[in-house]
Amino acid sequence: MSEYLVDIKNERLSFFTPAGEVKALNDVSIHLKEGEVLGIVGESGSGKSVTAYSLMGLTAYPGKLIGGSLYFNGHQVDQMTDKEMRKIRGNEISIIFQDPMTSLNPVYTIGNQIMEAILLHTDKSKEQARERAKELLELVGINEPDKRLKQYPHELSGGMRQRVMIAIALACEPKLLIADEPTTALDVTIQAQILELMMDLKKKLGMAIIMITHDLGVVASMCDRIAVMYAGKVIEYGTADDIFYNPKHQYTKGLIRSIPRIDAKEHERLIPIEGTPVDMLNPPKGCPFAPRCEECMKICLREMPPVTDLGDVHYTQCWLIQKEEMEKGAAK
Amino acid sequence: MKENPVSFQLKLNPEDFLPATQEEKQSQVIMRESVSFWKDGGRRLVKNKVAMVSIVVIILVMIFSFIVPSFYPYSYKDQIKGANNLAPMQYSEEEQAKIDAGESVFPHIFGTDKMGRDYAIRVMMGSRISLLVGLIATGIILIIGSAYGSIAAFFGGWVDLVMMRIVDIIYTIPDILLIVLLSFALKEPLGHLKDVPGFAWVNVVGENLISIFVVFALLYWVGMARMVRSQVLMLKESEYVTAARALGVGSGKIIKRHLLTNCIGTLIVTTTLQIPSSIFTESFLSFLGMGVAVPLPSLGSLASDAINGMNTYPYLLFIPALLISLIILSFNLLGDGLRDAFDPKLKN
Amino acid sequence: MSDKQNSFIQVEHLQQYFPAGGFGRNKKYIQAVDDVSFTISKGETLGLVGESGCGKTTTGRTLLRLYEPTGGRFVYDGNVIFDVDKKQFVDMLPYRKRMQIVFQDPYASLDPRMTVGDIVGEAIDVHKMAANKQERYEIIIEMLRRVGLNSEHANRYPHEFSGGQRQRVGIARALAVRPEFIVCDEPISALDVSIQAQMINMFEDLQEEMGLTYLFIAHDLSAVKHISNRIGVMYLGRMVELADSYELITRPLHPYTKSLISAIPIADPKIAKESKRIALQGDVPSPLNPPSGCRFRTRCPYADEKCAQETPKWREVERGHFSACHHIDKLD
Repeated sequence: MSEYLVDIKNERLSFFTPAGEVKALNDVSIHLKEGEVLGIVGESGSGKSVTAYSLMGLTAYPGKLIGGSLYFNGHQVDQMTDKEMRKIRGNEISIIFQDPMTSLNPVYTIGNQIMEAILLHTDKSKEQARERAKELLELVGINEPDKRLKQYPHELSGGMRQRVMIAIALACEPKLLIADEPTTALDVTIQAQILELMMDLKKKLGMAIIMITHDLGVVASMCDRIAVMYAGKVIEYGTADDIFYNPKHQYTKGLIRSIPRIDAKEHERLIPIEGTPVDMLNPPKGCPFAPRCEECMKICLREMPPVTDLGDVHYTQCWLIQKEEMEKGAAK
Repeated sequence: MKENPVSFQLKLNPEDFLPATQEEKQSQVIMRESVSFWKDGGRRLVKNKVAMVSIVVIILVMIFSFIVPSFYPYSYKDQIKGANNLAPMQYSEEEQAKIDAGESVFPHIFGTDKMGRDYAIRVMMGSRISLLVGLIATGIILIIGSAYGSIAAFFGGWVDLVMMRIVDIIYTIPDILLIVLLSFALKEPLGHLKDVPGFAWVNVVGENLISIFVVFALLYWVGMARMVRSQVLMLKESEYVTAARALGVGSGKIIKRHLLTNCIGTLIVTTTLQIPSSIFTESFLSFLGMGVAVPLPSLGSLASDAINGMNTYPYLLFIPALLISLIILSFNLLGDGLRDAFDPKLKN
Repeated sequence: MSDKQNSFIQVEHLQQYFPAGGFGRNKKYIQAVDDVSFTISKGETLGLVGESGCGKTTTGRTLLRLYEPTGGRFVYDGNVIFDVDKKQFVDMLPYRKRMQIVFQDPYASLDPRMTVGDIVGEAIDVHKMAANKQERYEIIIEMLRRVGLNSEHANRYPHEFSGGQRQRVGIARALAVRPEFIVCDEPISALDVSIQAQMINMFEDLQEEMGLTYLFIAHDLSAVKHISNRIGVMYLGRMVELADSYELITRPLHPYTKSLISAIPIADPKIAKESKRIALQGDVPSPLNPPSGCRFRTRCPYADEKCAQETPKWREVERGHFSACHHIDKLD
């Protein structure tokens, strides 16, 4: 048994498109303990959602897992059949999606959809399931659950729907909740409500959360661990403090530097990361970030940097750090 | 510190850690080859075997009906004496005598009809007429339908309401009845028209065929108009149309440059699928005796004529019937292929 | 207001109702924008923030007369462009050259069938700004260069570009007519974090080079604060507060602004964990049937009887700091 609830080792996953192979995940390793919150940040197409979905065995066509091993709660997910996977999905791992408008079925009532999730994985009676659905709605902060159970999704606002989605996800008290950009489609004030709710629920139920987002602000307030992804690679992994106060990779540094701060007193010019995101069909040969990196060296264009361990759980993939560490080693 | 084994496997030189130049960095960013909408769709179409076979069949039928007749030794209206109701590859007595005398006589590949006309050339001319009717009628439908639909959708409000109610009314008119009525009503004026110099072609084409075209122009565009309207309704809300309005681009130009060009995928598909349905309607009407004027054949009238002798000369019915099926089937399959290739909704 | 005379853009009591079904007396309206007044000076950036459905986008588009306003008055550089009382026809074509718009969605705002060169060139054709093909081409290249693209990009189609590059094309199109005033309608919210800073810097550079005036619409208060001189906050079709950016963030004079600021997740774990959020209850009401009196009262912690009966006056509380609230004194 591994000490981790989630342990992804050297996962490789490619999409075989008509235009060629897209290496969506290239040697991704991520681990997470029970009850922890992991944030995966990165730009669109960096592979953050693909990682989480593959853990649930939900890789979309034409994607294919071609290497590595995925462990969840002692199961080796990549070796499991679809039938075995279905038992875990919605039971031990649940997911909430970005768009609460499309992830609920418009022709069924809220109650129907929550109860379906409960009945699928437990042998509760219909009556018990309804009671449980009411409890769940109260748990996610929805008043008058009796009335809400009979309503259809279109009668609820975006924030309410996301709460219902969370209620469905929590129906079987999962050990891991994957939240795929859960607040991106919501307004700031509603986002604050939902994030607060998720943290509350985490404390109450003790589940682990994987939070997929592009918003560094969301990650900063919620996560214990952070994985920064770029072009299908985890280029830096560490605790929230490591990432925000001691970032090692040039991309992480650039990302933190480039966001405008609401608490800035003077008008300071932003320092952006130059260039455009990687074309995943034609990725650079060496480090994918090299063409946009200010400190880019000749080796970066040729070879992918190895993983450099920086103590406890902080590691990064960058030649600069490798260079520093080697110089330190040589000095000794 | 844990030394990473990788760094030993790679031979690292001190120069490797020198900063890279801007050019070196840029060389890593490869801009993909430019692919236009047509190229992209064309590429997908070529990969579709069924559609490619359909194109080949359509081209063969077109060669057969447009090019071959120009050097074929027989004419579709000349009756060969004593050569009535010949079976395929059979010669009349007269022709047999010629062959015996050493002259070469071109065989009647499909035999002859009861009036002694070579059936092969009649089938060729028949498919030429059917194809022409299909193409021209579809052209009329395309022009009227897309103009009408896009105007209704673009201006919206009352304009849309009135225009679409007219469409609804047209839908309720029984088309066959109208064709019958029209061909009677048009007989008079067309009869006068053919005496006017320059309008002699009216006689060749026949009132019936003209009234078919008129009916197509009057009735059959409504489907196309609805199609285009629904597309334009969706497209006109897109931001690039708003951007064009903000730039001061006129309504006509917006429809032409932005709206219709963006429905082009759907237009191609609908048009291709409209062709077989027009051909079918024409054949159907000709079969009922309301199509082209004698002696001009169409596939429908050929089949209709062959019905009487179906038991004795079944091939006279089979050949045009087979050709109709072949043409309609290949246009439909091609239409499906084009939809897969050009319709952006199915694009992944 | 003393600066009314020399203000470049002057909007008074702008109203935009959209019909939403019903006939005669039962005819319903979506009150998208109601009684909004503000001014913009030449070379200034006015930020407009608010949650989805608050009418900020409608305000921007109504200014360009992309929608026909249902009420109010709009003066542009001394010329009345719209006045509901004096119905007069104004030929907008000359103004289309002076006012432009940049859109949110870089995928939907470019015609997929046109090359980038033609997209930028369309404006040149409409306003007959080029004498011949050569000149037209030169203007196009000049515009592309200004937004950081080059002549190689002119013959390509939008789908070949990344989101950030497309947004640059959209900006080049707006710049092609050499406008004075640009409505930036959420121009960065659809872009990746690492690209947003590039865009913000570019907007600033272009403003300096070309002397542009911006109306910058966004829901991200940090970005708006960074780029704007003044910020207007909208809620449910009404402007609730308008002030200098720094002043607005540090000393908000409306409870809605206050909670909006506190809801922003800050990308700094320590500050984020310490900061207290003012959680707003509930959701935004429907603009079809907004609450009587103050529209914010249903979610406001200070709301009382008066708020339901009287619409709070839009007044200049301090010099240059406008607010519409009955309980400004209760805020600290």
